[in-house]
Amino acid sequence: MMTSDALIFGLTLGKILLIAVPLIIAVAMYVWWERKVIGWMHVRMGPNKVGPWGLLQAFADVTKLLIKEVIIPTNANRFLYFTAPLLSVIPALAVWAIVPFDNGVVLSNANAGVLFLLAMTSLGVYGIILAGWASNSRYALLGAMRSAAQMISYEVCMGMALVCVLVLAGSLNFTAIVNAQAGTKGLFDWFWLPLLPMFFVYYISGVAETNRLPFDVAEGESEIVAGFHVEYSGSAFALFFLAEYANMILLSFLAPILFMGGWLSPFQGWHLGWLSDPGWWWLGLKVFIFATSLLWLRATFPRYRYDQIMRLGWKVFIPISIAWIFVAGILRYFGIVTIGH
Amino acid sequence: MNHATLQMACFVVFAAVALGAALTVVLAKNTVHSVLSLVLTFFSVACLWLLAQAEFLGLALVVVYVGAVMVLFLFVVMMLDIDLEPMREGFIRYLPVGIAAAVIMLVEMLGIIGIKAFDIQAGPNPAGESNIEWLGEALFTHFLLPFEIAALILTVGLVAAVALALRVRTFSKHQNAAAQSAVRAGERIRLVKMAAVVAVAPAPAPEPAKEPQA
Repeated sequence: MMTSDALIFGLTLGKILLIAVPLIIAVAMYVWWERKVIGWMHVRMGPNKVGPWGLLQAFADVTKLLIKEVIIPTNANRFLYFTAPLLSVIPALAVWAIVPFDNGVVLSNANAGVLFLLAMTSLGVYGIILAGWASNSRYALLGAMRSAAQMISYEVCMGMALVCVLVLAGSLNFTAIVNAQAGTKGLFDWFWLPLLPMFFVYYISGVAETNRLPFDVAEGESEIVAGFHVEYSGSAFALFFLAEYANMILLSFLAPILFMGGWLSPFQGWHLGWLSDPGWWWLGLKVFIFATSLLWLRATFPRYRYDQIMRLGWKVFIPISIAWIFVAGILRYFGIVTIGH
Repeated sequence: MNHATLQMACFVVFAAVALGAALTVVLAKNTVHSVLSLVLTFFSVACLWLLAQAEFLGLALVVVYVGAVMVLFLFVVMMLDIDLEPMREGFIRYLPVGIAAAVIMLVEMLGIIGIKAFDIQAGPNPAGESNIEWLGEALFTHFLLPFEIAALILTVGLVAAVALALRVRTFSKHQNAAAQSAVRAGERIRLVKMAAVVAVAPAPAPEPAKEPQA
């Protein structure tokens, strides 16, 4: 009994490392890719000095951050000041337990996967609020206030977009959600078509949840310097950075899994040989496209005004979401959208 | 260590954390620390529910209370500028009342659940694998009317809270967001195409005043 339990424990630990280590490396490469893409969009070169094509730039930056001094502001609440980065990075990593990478390739194939996702993403806001409060700085507090209001508002729309997916898929399990999008009509069997407005609501809310441009008022360099993490330096700052980029990659995984068929081929059922077969490479391709589109948004759009963000969330997205839950229910009840084959 | 012992150990750890955090809510000097301890209490209780295989309740507790309600609590408490000393003074005075209330609650809870409940093992799940499916089906078929009434009561509460706190000021300035969103660039900017003109030689700049030499 003892050995088998220890074996399961060790295996699970190995699987966790198998997800977490590539994730952290992916974050580093994503930062590099972001700087490259935005550089090209600005007609610049982007990082190109460290390593071939500047590939090692991100690692150089990480090393720099880790050996920098960690500064504590005067009269800051020491305990909370150091707890805040942990509170933002732990949920950002824990949520990867339920993200499937291929059919059956998932750490925990939990029945309540979507609920676990909601629970973990709703915890991320604590890190930001506490960082803003414990820093004993006005800029940081302003950033934390904005971020708290924004993240709570957009969580509502995000949850409702998920509800629409659940209604159609009939399950809270991510693998089941992807398999529910299988069919013979190629990419037109995926949920983006019946849930088109919710797909946009989910994606835009996701961008707002991760505090990315054009919704990055929590940082807002031109108004409040760097918002909630203005007082953080060195490795404490690196943790916030890691959490933000891990959440961006998470959004790039979830949008394809929920709306774009996950690892299913866009040509499924069209008998095009290997092109019609499902596989992790399709998910990888979709994730790459979504992740790059986040960078595209950053390079293209100016920052939203704070009251406009609130208006968009509460007065535009939530009414659309409520209406579309009814539409999804009708689609499912009358069998207009069928799941599986 | 077999499976049951592991579960028992987890239960003891989570229960101890929940109790300790609940005590800290009352005893902490800083109100922000109190709120955070309450968050930890909720979270530990959610873990206990997960141990009891009530995954929907546990995760819903985290989503609703930890993720939304407590964030607003924290938000409000952070904004409060309260003097803590007068609040501390009443602590000893009200302690007997608090203990009495706690003892009564404990007796009531033991009366309802019974001390024996600790030994009862959970039977096989009647819903099969997932109790979420079972819960959803029960709520939306057998208990649809009570469910909708509860939702209606919550909505009434929400509207009432807004109506109580809303104070319409006559001189308040506000922006018309719809009009702002409807603005088109063409109404604000006029782009003019102009032929390139050859620059004429600029007039010689006036001689700058001589700086006094240091």
